[in-house]
Amino acid sequence: MKIAVDPEKCQGHARCYALAPDLFDIDDYGQSSVVGEGSVPPGREEDARLAIANCPELAISEVEA
Amino acid sequence: MAQRLPVADWSTDFDVMDPAYIEDPFSIWDDLRKTCPIAHTKRRGGAWLLTTYADVTEAAHDIERFSSLEVGVIASEEEPDDLLPYGLPPISADPPLHSWTRRLLLPWFSHTKVDGYEAMTRDLCRRLIDGFIGTGQADAAADFAQQIPVRVIAKVLGVPEDLSDAFTGWVRDVLEFADEPERVKRGGDGILGFLVEHLQLRKDDPRDDLISQLAHTRHEGEPLDDSLVLGMAGLVLIAGIDTTWSAIGSALWHLARNPRDTARLVAEPPLMAPAVEEFLRVYSPVTMARVVRADVEFKGCPMAAGDKVLMNFPAANRDPAAFERSDEVVLERAHNRHIAFGTGIHRCAGSNLARMELRVALEEWLARIPTFRLADDALVTWAGGQVRGPRSIPVVFP
Repeated sequence: MKIAVDPEKCQGHARCYALAPDLFDIDDYGQSSVVGEGSVPPGREEDARLAIANCPELAISEVEA
Repeated sequence: MAQRLPVADWSTDFDVMDPAYIEDPFSIWDDLRKTCPIAHTKRRGGAWLLTTYADVTEAAHDIERFSSLEVGVIASEEEPDDLLPYGLPPISADPPLHSWTRRLLLPWFSHTKVDGYEAMTRDLCRRLIDGFIGTGQADAAADFAQQIPVRVIAKVLGVPEDLSDAFTGWVRDVLEFADEPERVKRGGDGILGFLVEHLQLRKDDPRDDLISQLAHTRHEGEPLDDSLVLGMAGLVLIAGIDTTWSAIGSALWHLARNPRDTARLVAEPPLMAPAVEEFLRVYSPVTMARVVRADVEFKGCPMAAGDKVLMNFPAANRDPAAFERSDEVVLERAHNRHIAFGTGIHRCAGSNLARMELRVALEEWLARIPTFRLADDALVTWAGGQVRGPRSIPVVFP
C-alpha cells in the first residue's frame, strides 16, 4: 500500500499524525507529508486507512504502488 | 439589552441568540435540514444559516465569494476600533494578510510546542481538583473547565496567570453577549487596554513568549505595525479561552449524564483518543461567520453583498448525511471527519492545543472522580451564539 498527502488540500488538522505518527511527518506550520515515499509497512495498512478516513480536507489518498 | 422578538419561523427569521436556540439548537437544525437547509433572517442586517455538512464545507472553502472580514455571528453595532483596523488577523483577514499572519502564529501551536504545555496543563487540572474533591461536589464548568484554557493561554502569551479572572470576564463579554453592545465594548476595551500596556513591556524587555516575538519580528523587512501585533495577540486570547472551556464543559456534562460512557472511558484508556474527537463533533462549540462579497446565488439562495453567512460547524457535524447515528455519542467512532475546528484556510490555528487540553482535563478528572452525576439537571446553564457550551454544571460525586 502506498499513500500520498496533497499539500494543496492539507490545512494542518493533524488527524493523520495523531492516528499514525510513524506514517506522517508534520512541520511547525502543521503541514503534513508522508514519511519516505509513502510506502505503508506491512501491518500498518489499517491505520493508514484510518488516517484517510479522518482527514477533514480529503487530502490523503491511496496511490498506485 | 437589545429587544429580542420571538422567532416566528426558523427558516425565515432565525436568531442564534434566541434562548430556545441556545438551549437546544439540534432539533432546530434537524427540522431545517429536512425543510430548508439554508435558513435566512432579516435580523441584524441579514444573515444565512447553513445546516448541512456539504454546504458548510463548500462555503468555508469558497474564499472568493465569502470573505472573513466579518466573522462575528452578530453584526457589531460599534465602529471598528481605531487601534485594530485589521481586526484580529488571521481570523478576520483574507489572503494575503491572512496567509502571512497565520504563518507567524502557527509555530506557537505546533505539536512540539503543544507537547511542552501538557505537563503544566496536567498540574493545573490536579490543583483545581484538589480544591474541591474533598467536598463531594463541584461546578464542573465554573470550578474546573473555565479555569483551564485561560491559564494555558496566559502561558503562551507570556502574561501573568493571576490575571486569569479578568481575561475570562473580558472574553465572555466579547463572545457571549453579542446583543449587549456595551458589554462587548467593555470586554474589548479590557483586552485591548491590557495588550497595549503589555506590548510596550515586551518591546522593552523581550522574553520567550508570543507577544515578545511578534513585537520583534519583521515582515518584508519592516517591523509589524502595533495594530497587527495587538490584533494577533488579541485573537489568541479571545479564541483560545471560551472555546476550549466550552468543549471541556460539554464533555463533562455528557459524562455526568451518561455513566456508561464514563465507566467505559475509565476502564478503557485507548478509547480516550476517539472519544475526544467524538465530543468535539457532537458538542462543537464554535460557529463563525463570513460576509458575502458581491451578490451571489448559493444553492438557489439569493445572497446579497454584505449578508452574513454562518459557518455552522456544529450543525454540519450533526448532519445524518455525513455521519451515521449523527446525534449519538459513539465513543469509539473510527471514521470522524468532523469540522469542529473549521475547514479550509481558516482551520483553527490552536486546534492541537485545544485537543490536548480537552484530553488532559478529562484524563485528570476521571482519574480522581471516576463516578459523578448532575446535582440537578435544572441548574445547568448554557451560553451560545458564537460559542456554545455549559456555563454551570453542578455535579456530585458522593
